[in-house]
Amino acid sequence: MSDLLKIADKTYHSRLLVGTGKYQDFAQTRAAIDASGAEIITVAIRRTNIGQTAGEPSLLDYLPPEEFTYLPNTAGCYSADDAVRTLRLARELLDGHKLVKLEVLGDPNTLYPNMIETIAAAKVLVKDGFDVMVYCSDDPIIAKQLEDIGCCAVMPLASLIGSGMGILNPWNLQIIIENANIPVLVDAGVGTASDAAIAMELGCQGVLMNTAIAAARDPIRMAGAMKKAVEAGRDAYLAGRMPKKLYSASPSSPSAGLIS
Amino acid sequence: MQVTINGKPRSFDAASFSVAHLITSLNLEGKRLAIECNGEIVPRSQFAETQLVDGDKLEIVGAVGGG
Repeated sequence: MSDLLKIADKTYHSRLLVGTGKYQDFAQTRAAIDASGAEIITVAIRRTNIGQTAGEPSLLDYLPPEEFTYLPNTAGCYSADDAVRTLRLARELLDGHKLVKLEVLGDPNTLYPNMIETIAAAKVLVKDGFDVMVYCSDDPIIAKQLEDIGCCAVMPLASLIGSGMGILNPWNLQIIIENANIPVLVDAGVGTASDAAIAMELGCQGVLMNTAIAAARDPIRMAGAMKKAVEAGRDAYLAGRMPKKLYSASPSSPSAGLIS
Repeated sequence: MQVTINGKPRSFDAASFSVAHLITSLNLEGKRLAIECNGEIVPRSQFAETQLVDGDKLEIVGAVGGG
């Protein structure tokens, strides 16, 4: 039975979304993404080098936009205006591509999202026809507001971007998931495979990560581990875990027929 | 004329030329990029007919690795 991730009317087999930053080179980026099985990959929009080596390889040579769903982000934007401007450029760059990742940061030390600016940007982008996946705080009220604005997915942080601290507030994530009618994905903070599995076991529709793979000692192996973790977590969620029981221990082997 | 490209001033001999011409002169032909002139996006289909004039501020961007 197929269990597909659906975002903005498009379906995906993989529930692992990955970033393309912080790798040694483009070849490693490509190998890690292949190992992760990701179909959606995030990219940043930056000024092109002018007057430098012509014919220099680019990310797009290694990751052709025809093969993947690009998710241009607004990393590094600290205001709604900059984020909107960046994504309009991204849309032009990617031939009218509508699916985007909105993130508006609050300060350079924590990279914590500025939700006031994020909400302002989300309103403009949704009105402008974008399909907005939005990086946000793990505040259930904010998440609901972003859904009401018309975002196509909310992506609360597990912990700070690049921190690898794992899921710090599973309870908030659970409230967000229970109240949401759009996909909830954990974005940021995943450190290792068990973190990704926990996010999926909580009922997240997917996980987005970059540093956990790129900064591993062996990024390609970690990409494979993350793929399995997301699949395992999803299966565990769908299977429905047994209830936790503190005292009523129950042996798995029959208590009858013991030798005496 | 002088225009600002990605925050840096650049001088050109001609008094005016098209965005398409600019891309050629910067060796950016065939690259996937998006251009903003004075805060407004210049669609790719209009590169040939969009004329640049002295003082224009341009942003030329592409996709790079990011999370």
